[in-house]
Amino acid sequence: MTALIIAEHDNDSLKSATANTIAAARRLGVEIHVLVAGSACSAAAEQAARLRGVGKVLMADARHYEGGLAENLAALIVSRAQAYSHVLAPATTFGKNVLPRVAAQLDVGQVSDIVEVLAPDTFVRPIHAGNVLAKVRSDDPIKVITVRATAFEATGQEGTAPIETIAPGPDLGMSRLLARELTHSSRPELTEAKIVVSGGRGLQSGENFKLLEALADRLGAAIGASRAAVDSGFVPNDYQVGQTGKIVAPQLYIAVGISGAIQHLAGMKGSRVIVAINKDPEAPIFQVADYGLTADLFQAVPELISALGQ
Amino acid sequence: MKIVVPVKRVIDANVKVRLKSDGSAVDSDNVKMSMNPFDEIAVEEAIRLKEAGVAGEIVAVSIGSDACQDVLRSALAMGADRALLIRTEAVLEPLAVAKLLREVVAREQPQLVICGKQSTDGDANQAGQMLAGLLGWPQATFASKLDIGADGATVTREIDGGLEIIAVTLPAVVTTDLRLNSPRYTTLPNIMKAKKKPLDVIALDEFGVDTRPRLTTLGLAEPAARSAGVRVADVAELLAKLKNEAKVI
Ligand SMILES: Cc1cc2nc3c(=O)[nH]c(=O)nc-3n(C[C@H](O)[C@H](O)[C@H](O)COP(=O)(O)OP(=O)(O)OC[C@H]3O[C@@H](n4cnc5c(N)ncnc54)[C@H](O)[C@@H]3O)c2cc1C
Ligand SMILES: Nc1ncnc2c1ncn2[C@@H]1O[C@H](COP(=O)(O)O)[C@@H](O)[C@H]1O
Repeated sequence: MTALIIAEHDNDSLKSATANTIAAARRLGVEIHVLVAGSACSAAAEQAARLRGVGKVLMADARHYEGGLAENLAALIVSRAQAYSHVLAPATTFGKNVLPRVAAQLDVGQVSDIVEVLAPDTFVRPIHAGNVLAKVRSDDPIKVITVRATAFEATGQEGTAPIETIAPGPDLGMSRLLARELTHSSRPELTEAKIVVSGGRGLQSGENFKLLEALADRLGAAIGASRAAVDSGFVPNDYQVGQTGKIVAPQLYIAVGISGAIQHLAGMKGSRVIVAINKDPEAPIFQVADYGLTADLFQAVPELISALGQ
Repeated sequence: MKIVVPVKRVIDANVKVRLKSDGSAVDSDNVKMSMNPFDEIAVEEAIRLKEAGVAGEIVAVSIGSDACQDVLRSALAMGADRALLIRTEAVLEPLAVAKLLREVVAREQPQLVICGKQSTDGDANQAGQMLAGLLGWPQATFASKLDIGADGATVTREIDGGLEIIAVTLPAVVTTDLRLNSPRYTTLPNIMKAKKKPLDVIALDEFGVDTRPRLTTLGLAEPAARSAGVRVADVAELLAKLKNEAKVI
């Protein structure tokens, strides 16, 4: 039995969630192949080959894989999938986009967002915004799975797998990438950071997020946000932490001016230590916080910054 | 242009879900049910396309028990023209949903299907992509902006790194993200009007589609609850705890 992992990358470098996905695949006790489909993507393929546990990297290099759009990529994966017992991708916007299309074209179900591997066919996945954990068995001949990256510690980098170039499939011509507007930041990635500072509606404006930036800089933290902060235009969409945003599980999560709705908790309650700063002593966020500070954030956060600055 | 909008009936987003005392299932007795929020966004988008003169007819489709008529009536009250209930007592997996929607597409011949990106009960995030795959149509998932042109659609997508703009040919499947629009509230006159709009009910069996489950649920559990910690008096105490007790900074 062999698992095929769909690498997420930007042609030059592999996204770290790929290494977490391989870690999940290693629990299956099967051989592991990684598919790197892209355009001028050999650097990403070489990084995949170095990941521990990888037996072989398949590289498909063609212009029409450049943006990782679902239609061409799914067709390529489907054309290869019969040789595999499992097909896995990270449960990122990339994996969530491509993999269900693959599953449908293979006429198999998909197990979304697994957080545990119990057996090669049995997994645990959260449902209802993480309020319920379902233990499920896939009865399909090929298990198609997306993996919650924070639930599996990334595999190490001492591998030396061979890279095999495979023939690309055709360009189906159904979709085209026109542009990407990526959020640039010198801070750590939200999903990988050891410390995350998140702001909510309580911040009142995008301008006020500068306060959180100053705090994040002192702590080497990434910045996240609630849906309300994103919807209000304070910060870009990719800051959203939650059931329908990003899942984070840092060592320390500091929620500032966030009430703690079910959907927000779904994205951060796996954090090791949670701090809440909120002026409402009844805010639900305090029910999950290890340390709660009932205070006006416009007073508490500057105090924190200056205390940390010393 | 005709638009099909699949809408699912789910436990309302404000309900804190719990398991029944025997752990066999989610407790849905006397629990408020609503249209899946992402599907409300899908209905709203379809209506805006109609108001802009781009779309003609809007058909809302739900798959589930008779109770799903309430979310279909909500879709009609928002402004959908017709509704279709595919009636079944079974809770279907996204693959089965996608297969039934493929049959609906074959009957209705829409140019666009707008799904929600994810149902908030199962959190699968699959059915739209699966439908596109089964139909061999392009897909534009997690949309925060949708423009229909003469020869296709331009869609802004919310991705992990920010935004991405893609062009897809039509027909296509689009799935909605939170920022696509804010769904309108239904008004009493529109709720009254919706009662007169056509709502067809077809039994699942009539479709002759293989909807057997592919996953077996072996057990459900509630995750270990986080215990509430301590309140700190001020910033100094907070920092001391983080340094000396939690050792995270
Ligand atoms: C389908 C769906 C999906 C969703 N997905 C997500 C998701 O992925 N992520 C997410 O976060 N939400 C999500 N939500 C939204 C969620 O239900 C809440 O509405 C949202 O999390 C609230 O954001 P908030 O806590 O910033 O705002 P609010 O609930 O308005 O809370 C603001 C908090 O700030 C505090 N505050 C105000 N001023 C100050 C001050 N000066 N000092 C200190 N504290 C102050 C207030 O006491 C309050 O507790 C989703 C909702 C739906 C329906
Ligand atoms: N039972 C259903 N009836 C109608 N539409 C559904 C149903 N289940 C899923 N959908 C559609 O598919 C989307 C994604 O659902 P899911 O794959 O379950 O997360 C939803 O937002 C709906 O648009």
